[in-house]
Order: sequence, then structure tokens, then C-alpha cells
Amino acid sequence: MKKENSRRIFLKNLSLATFSALALSGCNMKKVDEFLQKNFRTLTKKEVDDLIKNLVIEYKEKYHKDFHLSAKPALEETLFGYALDLSRCIGCRRCVYACVKENNQSRNPQIHWIQVLQMEKEKGIDFAYSTVQYNPETVPDKDHFYVPIGCQQCRNPQCIKVCPAKATWQEPDGIVVIDYNWCIGCRYCMAACPYGARHFNWGEPNVPAEEINTEMHYLGNRPRMKGVVEKCTFCVQRTREGKYPACVEICPVGARKFGNLLDPESEVRYILANKRVLVLKQELNTQPKFYYFFGI
Amino acid sequence: MKDKNYKNIKIPVIILMLFCFLILSCDDKKSDGNETHKVSALKNSSKKPEKTNEYAVEAPPFSDGIFPCTDCHKSFPPNPVKRELVKWHDDISAIFNHDKENRWCLDCHDVNNRDSLKLASGKLLDFKESYKLCGQCHGEKLRDWKVGVHGKRTGEWNGKREYLLCVHCHNPHSPKFKELKPEPPPMRQIDIK
Ligand code: HEC
Ligand code: HEC
Ligand code: HEC
Ligand code: HEC
Repeated sequence: MKKENSRRIFLKNLSLATFSALALSGCNMKKVDEFLQKNFRTLTKKEVDDLIKNLVIEYKEKYHKDFHLSAKPALEETLFGYALDLSRCIGCRRCVYACVKENNQSRNPQIHWIQVLQMEKEKGIDFAYSTVQYNPETVPDKDHFYVPIGCQQCRNPQCIKVCPAKATWQEPDGIVVIDYNWCIGCRYCMAACPYGARHFNWGEPNVPAEEINTEMHYLGNRPRMKGVVEKCTFCVQRTREGKYPACVEICPVGARKFGNLLDPESEVRYILANKRVLVLKQELNTQPKFYYFFGI
Repeated sequence: MKDKNYKNIKIPVIILMLFCFLILSCDDKKSDGNETHKVSALKNSSKKPEKTNEYAVEAPPFSDGIFPCTDCHKSFPPNPVKRELVKWHDDISAIFNHDKENRWCLDCHDVNNRDSLKLASGKLLDFKESYKLCGQCHGEKLRDWKVGVHGKRTGEWNGKREYLLCVHCHNPHSPKFKELKPEPPPMRQIDIK
């Protein structure tokens, strides 16, 4: 009896010691807090506010800039949809870099949320005859057409089903988001995504302080860490404020259309009703809210 | 002896149960928690402004100093004869490639008032409405343009929007969309460290 008691006391003291050691080294404590943080969706308003406040301080320390970090929830009566005119797109890649800049994608190692595939007019949409590496003097090339691909914002997203941590989910406005603090980096979602739309931070992401976009959303373009997955969020930090996504705004040919699928007056609804529309890999039943169409 | 074994097991089991409880309590609750500050998507939509025939457009893309045209044109008489221009606008004459055989400057520009465009009917048109001019011959494009599908609108997806004019993208004198230099391709996967 006595023996057991002393072991128990020993264990108790040990845990106490480690805990106070942790507590004493303040910086580690923040990490512990982060580690113990609840899933974003279960946080109260107050907890969200505290979380945001701490992150803004952290970002300021790192980038020496003032950030605006939003946690604005989905707008009511809104389901975001996107349409891209394949007969207009000229493959200029302006959207790729506008997206990198807006969404603070790592410059080195390089992460691009949008891939522009060049395809052969003769073959039609066939991934076997596509390349992202095309680089002529000018575009468009007369024998090719271009298919930009990012997150297809599926109604039936496989990626969120396989996440063991519930770190990625679909918001009420249809945007599939990731809580980088909850992502454990297992990359199951990347394997499940048929569009290659998710990207992993193999290294420490690197965005020069002078280029960082300080208008941010918790579920969107805030700085990511090494070991987490990221992807397009329809520019949640912009679109929930009424703005167009950065790729729509930059597109010089007006091939990119964005709006509310629940609003019969939106251009996306007009396109669905009046144009020839397709979705990629329809046979997989992912049901994208990203449509390709032929404006002609 | 039995008693002791029981005790040994109890603590880990309780910890395990606590842990399971924690994990379970983490999920399932939908995001409804912070929906107190709901915002309506259609709140600031400017209740269908385009019931009239006019569309809010961005300023016409004139070259610096060229408008008003009459500043210069009032000093000499108009010349309605179809010809190569050499004394002035030779740059436009040189690139002119818009159904060239059948068309000429004064099909679109008014002979007496250079600050206006002109429809086939003879009706004068402000440069801010040049889309109507184009629409005479490209009706389908105009229809798609009005609903924001051909061309482009800027502003807010649920609020105020402005249209780019046809001539922001198509030079009216040589309307084929100009080729662009592409931005660099992505790094090859194997080159990413
Ligand atoms: C198809 C109709 C059309 C024809 C034909 C046409 N123009 Fe124009 N032109 C326009 C329109 C529309 C604009 C306004 C562009 C803008 O809003 O900036 C314009 C603009 C101009 C300008 C101002 C350009 C600038 O640099 O800002 C000049 C000068 C001009 N036209 C001269 C001519 C001459 C000379 C010809 C004949 C060789 C001609 N146009 C034929 C439609 C036409
Ligand atoms: C700096 C003076 C100047 C300005 C500004 C100018 N023009 Fe002209 N424009 C000329 C001259 C000179 C000619 C005659 C050229 C020739 O005969 O070779 C001419 C000819 C034309 C013609 C051919 C028909 C004709 O009467 O000779 C059109 C059409 C025309 N101008 C339209 C415009 C329009 C539209 C603008 C304004 C957007 C404009 N011009 C501004 C000097 C000017
Ligand atoms: C009077 C009739 C008429 C008007 C007005 C007119 N167009 Fe055209 N447009 C034509 C015709 C005819 C062609 C085909 C010409 C060809 O292929 O050589 C054409 C061709 C075009 C093309 C395709 C060019 C290509 O090579 O791919 C564009 C773009 C275009 N027009 C834009 C415009 C714009 C913008 C306006 C208004 C500023 C306009 N058009 C006004 C008759 C017109
Ligand atoms: C945001 C830029 C933009 C605006 C604004 C715009 N267009 Fe276009 N338009 C394009 C592009 C890009 C193409 C495809 C050109 C190509 O493939 O070479 C095109 C093609 C065309 C064509 C050729 C037929 C086709 O489908 O390829 C016509 C005609 C045309 N546009 C007319 C118009 C008219 C009329 C307006 C205004 C009512 C207008 N455009 C406004 C970008 C624009």
C-alpha cells in the first residue's frame, strides 16, 4: 500500500513539474493553447474574438504590419457559384498570379491554387493531352484552348468526407474551407480530390512582408503554416464583403463570372439557363459549383 | 489482490473516457453558434438599376487630349470622301480592319459633330453609349453583354456594378482581341525544394 502511494505521488509531482515548466516558458504556452483550441465551428463569439486578437498580434510580430482578420460568417440566402467561359479564356495566367497575391500563397516553395491547362482543340477536353508548362511569346495559340482549374467547390465534396480531424467543411454559402489550426497534415483530402485542387505546405511557406495582403479571413487567406493543406476559397475574405474574387477582377477577357446561385438575376444563373455548360469529371458525382461554358 | 488490479485499471480508463468525451464534444455542432450577426446577401443590391436603356459604364478609353474632337475639327471643313488618311489619324487608317471593304469612318462617326457617334438611323450617340453602335451589327454579343456574360462588369457581385465598354477590349478600328504575353508557367514539381 505504501509503495503504491509513493508512486502515485511521484507521478503527480512529475506532471505538475512538466506543466509548470511549460507555463513558465511563455511562448510554449501559446502553442499549448493553440493545441487545445476547439474546432472553429464550436467556438463562441467571445472565443473567436480572442482567437482573432491573438492571431493579429502574432502576424504583426512576424510581418510588422497591421492586419484585418475577419471571421465573418456566410451571408444569408447565398450559394456561391462560378462560371468560366472556355471560348474566351486565352491562357494568359493573370488569374494565377492575382490569386497568389490576394491569398498569400507561398512564393518559395511555390504554391499556385490555379493551374491553367493548355489543351488541343483537336482532342477536346482531355487531360492526357494537356500541359501547364506552355510558354509561347503570346497567347492564345491558334491550335489550343485553355482550361483553368482550381477548387471546384463541390456540393458533394469528397475531400471533407475523408478528413479525420474535421478540419475542412462546407459553409452554408457553399464554400469549402479549411481551419489551418485543425489540419493535421495527413493529406487524405488531397488524395480524395479528383481535381488536384488542394496543396500541401511541404516547407515553411514564404511570403515577403512587403507583398503580404493584410485583408484576411480566418478561413481564407491568413498565413498558413508548414504541414497544412490549402486551396481556393472563392476569396472568402472578398466575396463575403460583396467583392468579386481576385481572379474575376483581373481577367482581361472577362471569361470569369461569379455570383449567387440563389439569385435568378445573377450572371451565373443566366449562363446555366442559356449557355452550353459542363462540369469537370461529372461522372464522379462531385457536383461542382464551378461551371465551364461556351459563350461563343 | 483483486481489488488492487481493479484500481490500477480504473485511472487509465477514466482518462480514456474523458478523452473520448472531449473528442466527441468537439464535432457535430454546426456553425450556427456565430450566426447572431447574420448578414443578408441582397441587402445592398441596388434593386435592378438596369430597367432603363442606359448602363453605368467606365469612362471611354480615349487617348490623352484627343477629346473633344471638335477642338481641332472646328478649324477645317469635314471631308466625307472615303480615302486613306495621311495628314492625321494615319495610325487609325493604317490599322483599320473592321469589315474594311464595306465600311468607312463616317459609318460610325458623325460628319458634322465629331464629338458624337452615329447610328445607321442617323441618331447621334454619346461615346458612353458606344455599345449601342456595336449592337447594331453584333446583337447577340450586346445581349450577352447586358447580362454581364460577354465582356465584364466591375464593382460588387451583389451591389453597384459598372460595365466595361466593348471598346475597352476591342479597338473599334481593329476589333480582334489583341494577343497577350502570358505570365510565367509554374515551377516544375521536381524543381520545388
Ligand atoms: C465601327 C465603327 C467605327 C468606325 C468604322 C470608325 N470608328 Fe473611330 N471610333 C469608334 C468608336 C466607338 C470610338 C470610341 C472609342 C473610345 O470610346 O475610346 C472611336 C474612336 C475614334 C477616335 C479616338 C481614338 C483615340 O485614340 O481615343 C478617332 C480619332 C477615330 N475614332 C477616328 C476614326 C477614323 C479616322 C476612322 C476611319 C478610318 C474611324 N474612326 C472609323 C468607332 C468607329
Ligand atoms: C489635332 C487635330 C485633330 C483631332 C484632335 C481630331 N482630328 Fe479627326 N481629323 C484631323 C485631320 C487633320 C483630318 C483630315 C486627315 C486627312 O485628310 O488626311 C481628320 C479626319 C478625321 C476623319 C475623316 C473624315 C474627315 O472629315 O476627314 C474622322 C472620321 C475623324 N477625323 C474623326 C475624329 C474623331 C472622332 C476625333 C476625336 C476622338 C478626332 N477626329 C480628333 C484632325 C484631328
Ligand atoms: C455596321 C456593322 C458593324 C458595326 C457597327 C460594328 N461591327 Fe464589328 N464587325 C462587323 C463585321 C461585318 C465583322 C466581320 C469582319 C471581318 O471578319 O472582317 C465584324 C467583326 C467584329 C469582331 C471580330 C473581329 C475578329 O477578327 O475576330 C469584333 C470583336 C467586333 N466586330 C467588334 C465590334 C465592336 C466593339 C463594335 C462597336 C465599336 C463593332 N464591332 C461595330 C460589323 C460591324
Ligand atoms: C472584357 C473584355 C471584352 C468586352 C468588354 C467585350 N468583349 Fe467581345 N470579345 C472579348 C474576347 C476576349 C473575345 C474573344 C476574342 C478572341 O478569341 O480572339 C471577344 C469576341 C468578340 C467577338 C467575336 C466573336 C467571338 O465570339 O469570338 C465579337 C463580335 C465581340 N466580341 C463583340 C463585342 C461587343 C459588341 C461588345 C460590347 C457589347 C464586346 N465584345 C465587349 C472580350 C470582350
